[in-house]
Amino acid sequence: MTSRQHTQLFIFFASVRLTVIVLLTLAATSVIGTLIPQNQNVDAYLHTYGPKLYRLFSVLDMFDMYHSWWFRLLLVLLTINIIVCSLDRLPGVWKIVIKPPDFKPSRFLNASIQRKVAVSSIDRVQPILEKALFRSIGKVRLERFPNGYHLWSEKGRWTRMGVYVVHLSVVCLLAGGLIGSFWGFDGDVNIPEGETVNAIRSGNSGKSIPLDFEIRCDKFSVSFYESGAPSEYRSTLTILEKGAPVLTRDIIVNDPLRYKGVNLFQSSYGNLPSQNLALSFTSRATGMEYKINIAPGQTVTVPEGLGSFTITAFNRDHLFMGRSIGDAFVGTLSSPTGDTAEIVLPVKFPSFDKMRKGDVIVAIAETETRYYTGLQVASDPGVWVVYAGFLLMIGGCIVTFFMSHQQICIEALADGNICSVTIRGVANKNKIDMQKKMDAIATAAEQIKI
Amino acid sequence: MNSSGILSVVTFVYGFAAFLYLTSWIFKKTEPGRLATWVVFAGLMGNITGIAMRWIESYKLGYGHAPLSNLYESLIFFAATLATVYLLIEKKYHNRIIGAFAMPFPFLAMAYASLSPNISDRIQPLLPALKSNWLIAHVVTCFIGYAAFAVAFGLSIMYLLKEKDSEGKIRLLERFPKIGILDELGHRMVLFGFLFLTGGIITGAVWANSAWGRYWGWDPKETWSLITWFIYATLLHARLTRGWHGRRIAYLSVAGFAAVLFTYFGVNLLPGLHSYGAMVQ
Repeated sequence: MTSRQHTQLFIFFASVRLTVIVLLTLAATSVIGTLIPQNQNVDAYLHTYGPKLYRLFSVLDMFDMYHSWWFRLLLVLLTINIIVCSLDRLPGVWKIVIKPPDFKPSRFLNASIQRKVAVSSIDRVQPILEKALFRSIGKVRLERFPNGYHLWSEKGRWTRMGVYVVHLSVVCLLAGGLIGSFWGFDGDVNIPEGETVNAIRSGNSGKSIPLDFEIRCDKFSVSFYESGAPSEYRSTLTILEKGAPVLTRDIIVNDPLRYKGVNLFQSSYGNLPSQNLALSFTSRATGMEYKINIAPGQTVTVPEGLGSFTITAFNRDHLFMGRSIGDAFVGTLSSPTGDTAEIVLPVKFPSFDKMRKGDVIVAIAETETRYYTGLQVASDPGVWVVYAGFLLMIGGCIVTFFMSHQQICIEALADGNICSVTIRGVANKNKIDMQKKMDAIATAAEQIKI
Repeated sequence: MNSSGILSVVTFVYGFAAFLYLTSWIFKKTEPGRLATWVVFAGLMGNITGIAMRWIESYKLGYGHAPLSNLYESLIFFAATLATVYLLIEKKYHNRIIGAFAMPFPFLAMAYASLSPNISDRIQPLLPALKSNWLIAHVVTCFIGYAAFAVAFGLSIMYLLKEKDSEGKIRLLERFPKIGILDELGHRMVLFGFLFLTGGIITGAVWANSAWGRYWGWDPKETWSLITWFIYATLLHARLTRGWHGRRIAYLSVAGFAAVLFTYFGVNLLPGLHSYGAMVQ
């Protein structure tokens, strides 16, 4: 690249016009992802949009647009723009900020805000001016010249840096996000009560991510308000290192457990098939009821030569004629003649099988509720960079919006019989506040009016 | 009288105040305006009392939580912040015509909360996800920001009206603040709102990280708050570095407030994590 091309590239990236365009483009494109549901399955999209639109949208990454190359490109463009803009302007501002204060009255001659007051004596007005100037700006310096004096005060030079702090904070947020996406992971894991896991399922790829410690769920409980709405989900977790427990703690929503940079969040729960399941088999012929313990997958012989029974599945939200009947075991009854029938055993409706009108009625005799806890597991080493960015952004905004670099120079001049005071003010922002301060000084000076 | 009763009365008090400000402006009388200031103050006291009573009532019901947990509660809090921001401006700038453009907002917010059949004023227990110390910080910062943006919007509308009539032909606009003051004051409100919107997004992010293990998830409410942030950030850059003033800034401020309204109400039409801010199904 020639140096001219270099310069042109630099000018392109250093322009605030680019900032405005990128910000508005980000705003406009971000809308898309709130209208098209993100990260759904293919069938749902095909159903909603049809094959043509689906193909178009998926080419444009519309279904995961916030992670698409073009959205990331916009973010990268914004970052480069922020960095180049700041580097372009910072050296000049830095020079102003670190320069030792030097006073040149000539600098104020063309100040945009000026007030002029005629006074009877510049000596008598001096202490009043000093006091007023000190109150509105700060430390006052005095310089005399043959027929008068200058009073000068300055504050807030450093506030010119505020906007660069805000820009740095945005870079921190993007850098933190990047660190998180490279070195962080997140996923979820379901742990049945009493069981231990040492790996989780990745949220992105669905692959297994090993942990270098184990998590045991000792107990899960859910409590409800009187209205039936859930009040609290609570898991008692134990962390184990090489099989030895090192830490036991309860977690609830909004109060995660942090261990070795990995955070465990309460995110869901569910029921598991009971380990101690007992079924009752009632023979239609004899009316006798037999209670038999059974485990999922196990096959038992039904008395009176009525065949055998196997538990084949446990379904959450089992659908019966299109409606959910809650948790249900599903089993197969094989009669001695070789016929098989599928039997549904809903936990909530123990005598459901009566409807089938078979030779034997199968029902749940004993079961107990067993929960698993669903944990969100995340590790994000970038989060502290992001939090630092948050603090810088708030601090930087306060400085940038509500503080300014203010200078006031008062010239008191005795020209023959005419004594006058001229107040000149310069501020890089918030001129109205500056005007008010100067009005206050002018009002004070008017006490020594002719 | 319970809190809902008091808050229904406050709706009409705010409505009356807005009416007085409009009367004072249109008929050029100062007395209704002066009265209006006291009416707003009375309404605000009632509004705050209502919020406090609701807080106490929630403890009596055994739920015990700050009344910032659903659409109804956010609307009455929003009305209180709007009235407060307006009163501060009136005290500082001594212009009651702004009231004619600002006070309809708290009235509309309260009327929507009290009268809409879709919004329940029942005190409900907190969902597990909302049980956090961040709830108060998050909601308070967001709504102070929204209130500042609402007032900035009112000022931008005043600016656009006044600017159209540069020759001063329309007598209704005579007593509007000077065009430069409308511009500057609107900008001040945007700065204030932007700081609090930033604070609201940040408190929300920190909360999300402590509840779900991620500080940002592109949930529609998050995304729309960021869209709002982008629009106001554009406004600030255009003004502070490219020297935009006046009409173009006023249009951006109107666009920004449209995004605020969508972030607040429109997002409830989309699926996401902030559904507790939505209406009763």
